[in-house]
Amino acid sequence: MPLVQSAGGVCWKKRKIIENTPLRISLILAGVIYIALALSSVDVNWVRVQEGMGRGLAFLGSFLQPDFFSRSAEIFEGILESITMTVVATAVGIILSIPVGVGAAGNIAPFPVYFICRSIITVSRTFPEVIIAIFFVAMFGFGALAGMLTLTFATIGFLAKLLADDIEDIDPVQTEAIRSTGAGFFQILTWSVQPQVMPRLIGLSVYRLDINFRESAVIGIVGAGGIGATLNTSIDRYEYDTTAAILIIIIVIVMCAEYASGIIRKRLQ
Amino acid sequence: MLILENLIMKYGSGDLALNGVSLRFDKGEIVALIGPSGAGKSTLIRCVNRLVEPTSGSIDVNGKNIASLKGTELRRARRKIGMIFQEYALVERLTVMENILSGRLGYMGFWKSWFRKFSSGDVAKALNLLERVGLSEHFDKRADALSGGQRQRVGIARALLQEPDLLLVDEPTASLDPKTARQIMRLIKELCSERNLLAVINLHDVGLAKMFSDRIIGLRKGRVVFDDTPDELNDTILTEIYGEEDWSGSADKKKVSAQVREHKHMESMDYALAND
Repeated sequence: MPLVQSAGGVCWKKRKIIENTPLRISLILAGVIYIALALSSVDVNWVRVQEGMGRGLAFLGSFLQPDFFSRSAEIFEGILESITMTVVATAVGIILSIPVGVGAAGNIAPFPVYFICRSIITVSRTFPEVIIAIFFVAMFGFGALAGMLTLTFATIGFLAKLLADDIEDIDPVQTEAIRSTGAGFFQILTWSVQPQVMPRLIGLSVYRLDINFRESAVIGIVGAGGIGATLNTSIDRYEYDTTAAILIIIIVIVMCAEYASGIIRKRLQ
Repeated sequence: MLILENLIMKYGSGDLALNGVSLRFDKGEIVALIGPSGAGKSTLIRCVNRLVEPTSGSIDVNGKNIASLKGTELRRARRKIGMIFQEYALVERLTVMENILSGRLGYMGFWKSWFRKFSSGDVAKALNLLERVGLSEHFDKRADALSGGQRQRVGIARALLQEPDLLLVDEPTASLDPKTARQIMRLIKELCSERNLLAVINLHDVGLAKMFSDRIIGLRKGRVVFDDTPDELNDTILTEIYGEEDWSGSADKKKVSAQVREHKHMESMDYALAND
C-alpha cells in the first residue's frame, strides 16, 4: 500500500518486508520466545564459576608479570619455528592457489576444470585448521611438517576462492579487447586478467600471512609444532607467567604484521 | 574484401539478434551502422571477429571464411581485424605504451609477451602511432590516468598497431562530449584513408554518421533495412529504422507530448488510489 488517501491529502508509506500483518507479528513473537527459551536452557553451575574465577584472575594477573626469561630458549625456538612454518606455508600456498583460483573462475575456465577446482576449494574450506592439523599430525607425526602442510592446505582454499571470485568480477570488456588482438589464452590471462586482480591478490596474500601466523599458534596445541606447542606446554605446567609472555609476543607480532600489511595494501592500487 | 552472407545469430533465449544479414564491403570504405538499441549492430561487428559466435552464415575476409576457423587459425585471422570499443576497453592498470603494444600480442609468443620483449620495430611503430594520435608525452602514464578522449586515442593506436586489414568500431563516441566525439571520428576517418582501410562503425548519433561516413547501413530487428549513401537518408527512412518520431528537430511536438504525459500521470494516480 504505497499510497493512502487521507483527510489531509495523499500519504505515502514504505512497503513492509512482510506485508501480512498477523504473519509479521507472529514471526517476531516466535523469535523472541525462542531466544528466551534458549537462554533459559543454558545450565550455569554458579559454584563452579565462583571457583574458576580465582583461576581466571590468576591467569589474567600473570599478564602483569609476564616471564620472558625462564623459558626464553623454548620461546625463541617456538617463535622461530612458527615464523618458518608461516612463511613457507604461505609462499607454497600462494603458488598452488593461483592455478586453482584461475581454474575456479567460471568466466574463463571450462566447466570440468571449474568443477574440479571449486571442489578442491570447498574441501579445503570445509575443515577448520585444527581438524586438518590433527589429520596431518596422525599422518606425519608431531612437528612443524604437519603444521606447514595444514597451513598450506588452508591457504589454498582461502586464496583460491577469493582469487576466483575476484576474477569472476573483472571487467569483461578489457578481456574482450585483448582477445580481439589475436592473443592466446595465457596472453589474455597475463595481459588482461592479471593486471586487474594483482593488487587484491597481493593484499590477500599479506592478510593470509598474518592469519597463518595466528593459526600456527592454535594448531601447535594439537601437536603441529611452532609456538603453539610451547604455549600448550606452559599451560599444562600452570606456568601462566610464561604463557602470558608467549601471548604478548604473539600479539606484538600480529600487530606488526597487521601494520605492515596495511602499508603494503595502501601502496598498491 | 569483407563479405557477409546470410548471417544469423540466435541467442540462447531464442531471440534473433541477426536475421539473415548479407552485406559486401570494399577496401577504404567508411561504413556507419545505425539502428535502435537491440537492432543487432553490436552483435554484427562482434560476429566478424568471432567475439560472438554466429549461429549460421559465412563471414569472408579477403577470401577466407572466418566463421569456420578454430584455435590458432582464428587468432591469426583476428590479428588482422582491429577493434575499437565504446568504453575504450583499455587495460586500466597497464601503461599507455603497454596498452598500445598489446596490439602486437597476436604476433608474438607467450614468454616474449610476458617479459614485454617487443622488437624494436614494434616499439618504433608504437611510438609513431602515439605521435600520430597526439599522445607522445603520455606514453608512460597508466591508462586510468587519461581523459576519455585520450583513452579512445590509445584504443585507436592499439587497433592500428595490429596492422589490420579492416577496423571494427563499436560506438566510439558514446562516452565522449560532442567536440571530442567529432575529433575522434575525424581521426578514425583520416587514419583509415591514409591506410586505405575498411572501417565498419556502429553509431548511435545519426548526425555523426552522416558527417563522417561514405555509406550508411540501417539495421532494425536484425535485418538490413537501408544501405546507401548518407544523402539518401531521410525522415521516412529514419522512421523505418527507429520507429515513429519527429525528425524535424523543432520542439513543437514536445509541448504535445508533455501534455500527454501529464494526462497519463493523473490516470495512474487514480489507478493507484483505486487499488489501495
